[in-house]
Amino acid sequence: MKFDWRNNRDFWAGVVYIALGAAGMWMARDYPFGSALRMGPGYFPMVLGGLMIAFGIAVLLMGIANKEQIKPGVSWRALVVLPLATFVFGWVMEEWGFIPAMALLIPLSAASGNEFKWGEVILLTVGLTVICTGVFIYGLGLPYPLVKGFWG
Amino acid sequence: MELFNNLIFGFGVALTWQNLWFCFIGCFLGTLIGVLPGIGPLATIAMLLPITFNLSPIPALIMLAGIYYGAQYGGSTTAILVNLPGETAAVVTCIDGYQMARQGRAGPALAIAAIGSFFAGTVCTLIIALFGPPLAEVALKFGAPEYFSLMLMGLVAAAVLAGDNMIKSLAMVVVGLLLGIVGTDVNSGMARYSFGVAELTDGIGFIVIAVGVFAIGEIVQNLGDPEERKLVSSKITGLMPTLEDLKMSFWPIVRGTGIGAFLGVLPGTGPAIASFSSYMVEKKMAKDPSRFGKGAIEGVAGPESANNADAQCKFIPTLTLGIPASAVMALMLGALTIQGIAPGPQVMTQKPDLFWGLIASMWVGNLMLVLLNLPMVGMWVQLLRVPYRMLFPAIMAFSCIGVYSVNNSAYEVYLTALFGVIGFMWMKLEMPPAPMLLGFVLGPLMEENLRRALLISRGDPTVFFTRPISLGFMIATVLIVIVMVLPGIRARRAQISEPSSSGTA
Repeated sequence: MKFDWRNNRDFWAGVVYIALGAAGMWMARDYPFGSALRMGPGYFPMVLGGLMIAFGIAVLLMGIANKEQIKPGVSWRALVVLPLATFVFGWVMEEWGFIPAMALLIPLSAASGNEFKWGEVILLTVGLTVICTGVFIYGLGLPYPLVKGFWG
Repeated sequence: MELFNNLIFGFGVALTWQNLWFCFIGCFLGTLIGVLPGIGPLATIAMLLPITFNLSPIPALIMLAGIYYGAQYGGSTTAILVNLPGETAAVVTCIDGYQMARQGRAGPALAIAAIGSFFAGTVCTLIIALFGPPLAEVALKFGAPEYFSLMLMGLVAAAVLAGDNMIKSLAMVVVGLLLGIVGTDVNSGMARYSFGVAELTDGIGFIVIAVGVFAIGEIVQNLGDPEERKLVSSKITGLMPTLEDLKMSFWPIVRGTGIGAFLGVLPGTGPAIASFSSYMVEKKMAKDPSRFGKGAIEGVAGPESANNADAQCKFIPTLTLGIPASAVMALMLGALTIQGIAPGPQVMTQKPDLFWGLIASMWVGNLMLVLLNLPMVGMWVQLLRVPYRMLFPAIMAFSCIGVYSVNNSAYEVYLTALFGVIGFMWMKLEMPPAPMLLGFVLGPLMEENLRRALLISRGDPTVFFTRPISLGFMIATVLIVIVMVLPGIRARRAQISEPSSSGTA
């Protein structure tokens, strides 16, 4: 089998490690390094960054040797929509309150799945919002307005 | 009889109505979520952790511990009934447990799993009570060099023993250490890796990482990999195992407990390793090994005891040394810290009610699991009929509320979303995230102790090798690596010489 870097699992894992290590060292370049006796804030990051790059190179070479492929099956939809739903929750929570945040989070999350049935999602949204309001706001007493400016 | 007094003191704490209630809630929630496939104990605890923030430390810890072994236990129920391991340790239970269920012996399989787990839980409660105090006493004498070496050993062991790829696991530990640096440096007051963002000067919250990677990342992963879930309806008729079953299971339970307890104390060995080891031992010791895989009750009794023993003994290094032996324990330590308790050997002397109360509650929790699970098995199975498309929005809701409630910060929710994406990428490239979490929790402590050790020794790095205890940890670290590397080399050689099929040179 020919080496195909585009789909090579450990090649990319190695690249990720090397990038992380390099970024870590680059950002720490201005942190005072200090000496072994009195370590500056830059000492630990530099050492770790170097170690990270070394591991990265090892993993990358491993990938070239073992030619393992990345397992297929990526839901790009979920990868975009689910973090987006999380983000929306955070923002709406601050701006509009708990109930709107839940009412958006749940259908948005559901929309990242492979099946979306309107009736089911509406029921789920209402049900979960009621349960979570009961548990978190009334039960645990979290101090969030249900709808900002109007309720709670 | 100090042990006796301590335990009585502990039960005094654990048996208050309030603590019993939280222990019950923990076991209940843990089992509930443990039964659901696709969400392991780690994500369960990360998701439910924020619920405990408003509690005082003792009920909070008792509840978390309940969630932990509830989740472990719930995994085996589904393994037996529907051949679906709720979490990795239950994979072994699937082999013979499911076969028993197919032969109409689901009841005895569930019962023996419960009995084995309870036995293991009881023994391990005693082990913790016996060995905890002397261990903590030794640990109190540890200086910075000892702590550094111990943490190094813990991290290396965790990485090496847990994953199938040692280098990638070790690299993930380093990723965790780097993430742990983010924030203000304690010694110099300098903000590191904060990108000029004010919120990052306090560091990244570990809930953010845990929920992002283990809840959101995991869901993205599951949605991309639509696995068909078959629900095999199996009627449970008669829970009671026969006398014969009990006789056959007795020694496997005892051996399983021993194996689990031993492996449990070692950092990094997940419950899966304990159950696999126990299964192998039972198969070797059996008079008729061919029964295994066809519904041998020993194949359920041994591994189930082993994984429970392992799960519980993981508390020993966590509580006495303040060093988490697994990613779940790292979360427990995080919970302690959030409660304002510095983990370490001083917990036992400064917070004896917490220490002994928690230990006693483990036994109470194990008893509760038996009482809770056997009669309610039918209900748990019903839960499996809930399709995943309805489950994961619920997980999302709990996760998001959980993260937000830690600091009432939308910012942390955004960061969680980011870690969801990162976590998914890690899983896709098979970069194991669990060692990362350990590195993340231990990172700041390690740096602190490294600095202190070198300050004491006036910059001489040999300090780690001249102090006997520290040297011991260092030698152990090297040994662990060597032991794990050797079979790897052998396997690779075997692979290379495979065509000749004449064995290794």
